[in-house]
Amino acid sequence: MSKKIWVIVESKEGKAHPVSWELLGKARELAGPEDELGAVVVGYKIDSVAQEALEYGATRVYVLDAPVFAYYRNLPFREAIVQLAKKYTPDIILLGATTLGRDLGSAVATSLETGLTADATELALDEKGHLLATRPAFGGNIMATISWPEHKPQMSTVRPRVFPLPQKVATPQGEVIQENIELKEEDIPVKRLEFIPKEKGVNLEYAEVIVAGGKGIAEKKDFELLFELAKLLGGEVGASRAAVDAGFIGYEHQIGQTGKTVRPKVYLGFGISGAVQHRVGMQESDYIIAVNQDPLAQIFSIADLGLVGDLYQILPSLLKRIKELKES
Amino acid sequence: MGLECLVCIKMVPDTTNIRINPETGTLIREGVPSIINPYDLHALEAAIALKKEYGGRVTVVSMGPPGAKTLLQEAVEQGADRTVLLSDRKFAGADTLATSYTLARAIEYLARETPFDFLFFGKQAIDGDTAQVGPGVATRLHLPLVTYVQQIRSVSLESKTCVLERKLEEGIEVVEARFPLVLTCEKEIARESFAPLVNLIRAKTHEPLVFSASEPVAYEPGKLGLKGSPTRVHKVFTPELRQSGEKYKVEEIGVEKAVDLIVEKLRELGIL
Ligand SMILES: Cc1cc2nc3c(=O)[nH]c(=O)nc-3n(C[C@H](O)[C@H](O)[C@H](O)COP(=O)(O)OP(=O)(O)OC[C@H]3O[C@@H](n4cnc5c(N)ncnc54)[C@H](O)[C@@H]3O)c2cc1C
Ligand SMILES: Nc1ncnc2c1ncn2[C@@H]1O[C@H](COP(=O)(O)O)[C@@H](O)[C@H]1O
Repeated sequence: MSKKIWVIVESKEGKAHPVSWELLGKARELAGPEDELGAVVVGYKIDSVAQEALEYGATRVYVLDAPVFAYYRNLPFREAIVQLAKKYTPDIILLGATTLGRDLGSAVATSLETGLTADATELALDEKGHLLATRPAFGGNIMATISWPEHKPQMSTVRPRVFPLPQKVATPQGEVIQENIELKEEDIPVKRLEFIPKEKGVNLEYAEVIVAGGKGIAEKKDFELLFELAKLLGGEVGASRAAVDAGFIGYEHQIGQTGKTVRPKVYLGFGISGAVQHRVGMQESDYIIAVNQDPLAQIFSIADLGLVGDLYQILPSLLKRIKELKES
Repeated sequence: MGLECLVCIKMVPDTTNIRINPETGTLIREGVPSIINPYDLHALEAAIALKKEYGGRVTVVSMGPPGAKTLLQEAVEQGADRTVLLSDRKFAGADTLATSYTLARAIEYLARETPFDFLFFGKQAIDGDTAQVGPGVATRLHLPLVTYVQQIRSVSLESKTCVLERKLEEGIEVVEARFPLVLTCEKEIARESFAPLVNLIRAKTHEPLVFSASEPVAYEPGKLGLKGSPTRVHKVFTPELRQSGEKYKVEEIGVEKAVDLIVEKLRELGIL
């Protein structure tokens, strides 16, 4: 029997969040040739997002384009997805585990009286085509695979960067279906008054190079060294929770179970012990370099290049060397 | 008049050294100290701050084992007026769908005489990190939902609206919302305060109302606990570690050589 696997595409001001394409890529991997790969695009003036969904392999794109969807609010988006799901009965619905996806996903799952696995780190199908969603449980010490064959749709949220961004397909072949929903602005109980963008966002999830610091950094001002190195390498600065809790750096830099999931080309960790809650957020990095004084630090169990030593010896020399290289 | 506020608090284990029953895949709670989920404490403080400013009442609800009573007493220390514990073996093993059902029905029951204006939830519970129960309850009660609230800027009793700040990835969204409404709270929404002495004394003798699966709320038994939970733990396992590579002692190879190794690698990867 053919299945319908849907991805709810997240977009802001006509720009899609890459997590949606990451999910579509994963769905493409799971789906059989007969299966529908649905992309649900809800927003205002979102033709280009619908187009992009086709390019990332959607075989059907459901579009809801109206002014009430100009920015995200729970009620209209929930109504929209629930209505579509009732009409077309998808088997599986996937969303990004972003603030939007978590807000929307749980409301939709409740309306449809079905289960949702939050923050999955792996998705698979069982032999009958039911979703198996795996997520870290209890501090990342164990992984739990969740299933619920008796309910449909099976829903899951997945964090950005858990799956890689897929290639676009050579010849997009999906169809676009325009949908409609009766919703009046007056009936929506929440209105945006203002949006204050962050001065300088930290784009940790999508950084190619991450220079991360932990509690091995002695004081706040020493994080400057990491910022300097990150700048030289064109990367971002990450941190362990211990460094964030110590007030050395803001929470938006935190990597791990309660921070962000990253998968840079290179992760350089200085003075990070590599606790499991930190590792779950960075172990998908392509290459891991770790500097730590303690030869038994857990970070060495996953590092590709481990250097047992004092970061205060290595970091200044490394900065000096890279600057010389850049000048010559 | 005043504002009628409700806060849902969850009892969570205070440690990451939690043991799992390998057969059922559920948590072994014995011997693990329990606390109020930290986000819920901030939510409670925010409710109490509203009461201070506008008058009214704060009701706290928790679904959990009998031991959660002490946490409800703690809530009274902080300033809660009325507390309710939903406790019954039939509630056990609930996933977020069953939990939101159980809470929503109890909240409906409590709201019979005086409906709630603000229903507070934590952003998420630290034991599961799911962040689903607040939105789930809002959906079941057909109430507006505002998640990730970091500040209540203002409340107008006349127009029954409030202005809230939401903490999002790219910045802060300021929204105006009608109440009654459900909000889920970030830590910034209110600071933890010291419990005044009168509350400490009151808390000592405070007895939470206890609701079972049969009384006083009429539940559909099939929607409670493990039975009412669609999600099942299929299997649990320890994550596989990725392989480690080369490891050097800097005192043996020297700082210059260590820097060489890093720089070489960065070049190879095309970063430098
Ligand atoms: C529910 C929960 C969720 C959590 N979520 C996260 C999360 O999302 N992210 C996260 O990171 N943590 C998280 N943690 C915390 C985690 O368990 C660890 O406590 C934390 O990651 C430790 O940070 P650290 O490695 O910087 O500090 P430490 O463990 O204190 O390690 C510091 C390291 O620096 C080394 N060092 C010291 N001085 C030097 C020097 N001069 N040169 C070189 N090395 C030096 C030491 O050998 C040590 O290994 C969570 C914990 C809990 C309970
Ligand atoms: N058993 C419970 N009893 C009362 N409130 C709960 C319970 N479970 C979850 N909540 C509330 O829902 C929020 C989100 O929980 P969760 O969806 O488990 O991350 C918590 O911060 C609590 O406010």
